[in-house]
Amino acid sequence: MTEYVIEAEGLTKRFGDFTAVQGLDMQIQRGQVHGFLGPNGSGKTTAIRMMCGLLDISAGNVRVLGLEIPEYAEEVRDQVGYMTQRFSHYQDMTVRENLMFLADIRGMPRKQRTARVDEVLGEYNLAQITGRLAGDLSGGQKRRLSLAGAVLTQPQLLMLDEPTSEVDPNTRRDMWSRFFRLAAEGTSILVSTHLMDEAERCHRLTILNQGEKVADGTTDELKQRLPQSVVNIHGADVSGLADSLSDDGQILAATQSGLSLRVLVDRNVGDPVGYVRSRVGNQYQLAQIEAAIEDVFVAATMDTSDA
Amino acid sequence: MHSNGILRSASASLRRVMAICVKELIQLRRDRLTFAMVVAIPLIQLLLFGYTINTDVRNVPVAVVDQRDNFFSRQLIEDLQASQVIKVHTHLETPQQATDWVRAGKVSAALIVPRDVEKRFYNDNQEPIAQLVVDGSDTILASALKGLSDFPFDPSQPPSPRQLAKNITVDLLYNPEQRAALFTVPGLLGVILTMTLTMFTAIAIVRERERGNLELLIATPVKTPELMLGKLVPYIGLGLLQVVIILLLGRFFFDLPVVGSPTLLMLCCLLFIFANLGLGLLISTRAPNQLGAMQMAVFILLPSILLSGFMFPYAAMPRFAQHLAEILPMTHFIRLTRGIILRGADFSDLAGDMLFLALFFIGTMIEALKSFRKKLD
Ligand SMILES: Nc1ncnc2c1ncn2[C@@H]1O[C@H](COP(=O)(O)OP(=O)(O)OP(=O)(O)O)[C@@H](O)[C@H]1O
Ligand SMILES: [Mg+2]
Repeated sequence: MTEYVIEAEGLTKRFGDFTAVQGLDMQIQRGQVHGFLGPNGSGKTTAIRMMCGLLDISAGNVRVLGLEIPEYAEEVRDQVGYMTQRFSHYQDMTVRENLMFLADIRGMPRKQRTARVDEVLGEYNLAQITGRLAGDLSGGQKRRLSLAGAVLTQPQLLMLDEPTSEVDPNTRRDMWSRFFRLAAEGTSILVSTHLMDEAERCHRLTILNQGEKVADGTTDELKQRLPQSVVNIHGADVSGLADSLSDDGQILAATQSGLSLRVLVDRNVGDPVGYVRSRVGNQYQLAQIEAAIEDVFVAATMDTSDA
Repeated sequence: MHSNGILRSASASLRRVMAICVKELIQLRRDRLTFAMVVAIPLIQLLLFGYTINTDVRNVPVAVVDQRDNFFSRQLIEDLQASQVIKVHTHLETPQQATDWVRAGKVSAALIVPRDVEKRFYNDNQEPIAQLVVDGSDTILASALKGLSDFPFDPSQPPSPRQLAKNITVDLLYNPEQRAALFTVPGLLGVILTMTLTMFTAIAIVRERERGNLELLIATPVKTPELMLGKLVPYIGLGLLQVVIILLLGRFFFDLPVVGSPTLLMLCCLLFIFANLGLGLLISTRAPNQLGAMQMAVFILLPSILLSGFMFPYAAMPRFAQHLAEILPMTHFIRLTRGIILRGADFSDLAGDMLFLALFFIGTMIEALKSFRKKLD
């Protein structure tokens, strides 16, 4: 039996005439790291805010830890750690003061408080700057403080809105290994991100585009279900090719990286390598390669017209 | 078992209130400007308003027409001068001359002592013994000089400054309009409390909204009343601190007496502090942003200064303005403090105004609690 920590059905949010989230169905399993992807403005933050009971729901419903939101939002607050996308700690308080405040307001037993605050300060590499005002922190330090705040009371469910933006690569790896350790201990994590290597590591993914869910599943499933094959073009002068290829009905996208061009060719095309060769000629090395989540993302979020 | 649970949730609740309090105090301590304002505003305003108004009614230059010109009339003039309200600027011959001087603005008033001054004094028929022609264009000055009509004069005593000063003091208590500082300080107390407390709390919640703190705060188990209470408590202390500063300064600089009960005075101040905090929090839950909150606070502050009786006598205002003034906490507070400080009024005189302040606080708090939602939209 799978247990869901978040279940959304037809979750919808309208701001006036504008629909920011449209009929979102989503399930997040206990103990998983669930990635939340989507271009800017696709509705990730809005969806997370509804799940936290911070925004009124226009239509649909959502249960968090088995309880209906927003009716029982207060009951689950104890068990949900929310990391906001916008820095929300008090800028005129120090790192430690902010965490102590959170510990108190979240009702952490007094005896554990100092020890636990020290522990997260160490884990998130903030021990050197405990006395610095939060407003004076660098972008990455602010993210670390926010994350430390979200995990402080060891909640069952974490909702992390872009925890790794502005964070350096080493800290990012560090954070992700912590996520997996937490997940192994039974914590469930919903994490939004724009970084494909992070998406690649999630147990499951949900991809939004313009407020609607466009893909959903484990990373392997998503790659298998990709309705395109990926062909890699390698050669000296691939930059000119991207434009000429993209007006083709069978080719969805062509993305350059260094001396290579990644081309998404419709699955209907029986021999994608041969097809591409027929378009670009013989001076390039071509190979069909395995799909990556980036391809899934590009395919899922490109086929709608830009509005 | 059950009562245990209630106890536990009450203590958890108290802890969250404390957490908010501590947070507010930390922020207040870091905010040097606000902190300085708490002390500087009372000091500056009190000295500025208290002294300017006070000096105005001292040593007012007058022209004297002494038609009697004997020991009795000279002592009367001498005694009046010893009150320090007037200062003899020149001696003139005729009442007409003196009136002309006042008209021309060379002196602020003319004192005319008639030929039959002694007869008037010893008669019982309440006839005025002398006439003071006052330049009425300056209302504050005029009302101060008008007070001289009750001036106690005893020709059997030689002029002794100490005794005279005492007479004036007694006189002032029952005619407070005569010495502006005594009248101004209770009003200033109200203005300063309204200004600082309403403004501070008006931005208290909207600031968190604007800075993005609210998104994190409302995602915690803190309940709305806990949040409001936690934000109130530090400002109650701040308000009381200001009351003490103002009353001590008033005593030090202006010999402000407190005729009535100090406990009652503190209780009234406390009620007024609550009323202002309630209003501030209500503004804070309604305002779209910090600037809007400030504008709304000023919108309350101005009529509080102009209509409450602080600047202009309440009795002289048109009916409409009086009705408007009645809904301002400041109007009631000024009545209360002037009553206690200057008249020694007791609880039964004041109950109505105190009740208004209490109800005002309860009303604004209920509205504030209703209009604050733990939501971002
Ligand atoms: N309070 C609001 N009023 C009106 N429109 C809003 C409001 N909040 C969000 N929106 C709109 O809803 C859409 C979704 O916003 P949201 O913040 O959820 O996107 P996102 O997926 O988190 O984007 P990003 O990756 O940039 O963080 C955007 O077009 C945004 O402009
Ligand atoms: Mg977002």
